[in-house]
Amino acid sequence: MVTIIDYNAGNLASVYNALQFIGCDCRISNNPDDIIASDAVILPGVGAYAHAVDSIDRLGLRKPVLDFINSGKPFLGICLGLQLLFEGSFESPGAKGLGIFNGTIKKIPKLSDFKVPHMGWNSLSFNKDCYLFDNINNNPYVYFVHSFYLDSPDKSIVSSQSDYSVTIDASVYKDNICATQFHPEKSGDLGIQMLKNFSIYITKG
Amino acid sequence: MLAKRIIPCLDIKDGRVVKGTNFVNLVDAGDPVEAAKAYNKLGADELVLLDITATNDKRDTMVDLVEAVAKNIFIPFTVGGGIKTVGEINKILRAGADKISINSPAVTNPDFINEASKVFGSQCVVVAIDVKKKDSDNWEVYINGGRINTYLDAVKWAKEVEERGAGEILLTSMDRDGVKNGYDLEITKKIADSVSIPVIASGGAGKLEDFYDAFTYANASAALAASLFHFNIIEIQKLKEYLKQRGISVRL
Repeated sequence: MVTIIDYNAGNLASVYNALQFIGCDCRISNNPDDIIASDAVILPGVGAYAHAVDSIDRLGLRKPVLDFINSGKPFLGICLGLQLLFEGSFESPGAKGLGIFNGTIKKIPKLSDFKVPHMGWNSLSFNKDCYLFDNINNNPYVYFVHSFYLDSPDKSIVSSQSDYSVTIDASVYKDNICATQFHPEKSGDLGIQMLKNFSIYITKG
Repeated sequence: MLAKRIIPCLDIKDGRVVKGTNFVNLVDAGDPVEAAKAYNKLGADELVLLDITATNDKRDTMVDLVEAVAKNIFIPFTVGGGIKTVGEINKILRAGADKISINSPAVTNPDFINEASKVFGSQCVVVAIDVKKKDSDNWEVYINGGRINTYLDAVKWAKEVEERGAGEILLTSMDRDGVKNGYDLEITKKIADSVSIPVIASGGAGKLEDFYDAFTYANASAALAASLFHFNIIEIQKLKEYLKQRGISVRL
């Protein structure tokens, strides 16, 4: 059973629909017992950093999410769900992320030809092997919508990058943790393939 | 590189695709879900579903339809047509749409743009602007499907919708719509160069070069067409291959 964490973030339904579409057993929940008992957890999210942090704390989800991640079972963060794994964001100074990884999320600089938010299809270049990219050729186009981005101080965790006004760390992978800045649930057939890869990883390891 | 987007638009009335499509192998050419699935397969980057249902009592059909589309295709899609309240936006987004588009109500009640972007975020608020050329240098904004001239200057209005929080502009030339002699490149360029949000060119595409011109000369971020794609006059895949050959970044 995959639990999609419900903290009133925007793209819950899209993630749920995509997992249903590939036949993955999933539920939307913010019950700490559900989270701990799951085979895998997805932390989705669109919206403001501080708002997400507030919701997570208000719903008492910080500890169960950290406990789940520390259990070593598969975890996938999407969009804001990637950013929340870091210590904080310049979007909301003072809002405390989950702090699994070091670093602070930065604002995408507005340069002449580059509109912010970074919205639309951009290509990824793979930095290291990650099971999410199984059966996918390098440089796939995936869908992004965000105004803040990851520039990880530890590049060894970065599994793909995307070029915009700056180089965006588009996904991270370390141990049981995968996270994407882009939206696999909105990235067409390739995104669906990534979610299938996640689902296969859950059952086969 | 961010890809330039190709967006087919489906006109929907009472839950059915109007005018139909002539895709081969569609069980039901009037079924929006079938058409959306087909476009996903054909390489569309995004879809616009435009509800042209005249009466309000049929609007719930649209919510059901959005739900069905969201369960079957996994690319972003925008829903427009007749949306006037935050409550209506909420229903459509909860049903699974990624963005909503507002047109006449944005002009008659501009605060609606501020309200919508504040509640749901700029990224899901598209403002549709329909323009007609007034003279060699000026274009005016029309509402109610082109029937009412608001006498608003198109460029000024585009800047205002950006300031009010729109995340994207869907710019349709009423002069060119359905004529197939190319997008109105002048006004598209004027607007794309005066705002920092993406502009979708719409109205008038007839051949491959029209898309190239919209992306290069006019600086559009996306290009929309309807019957051109519905009737296979241009295949999306071939269009993208052509654009790629000419150095445009596209998702292939």
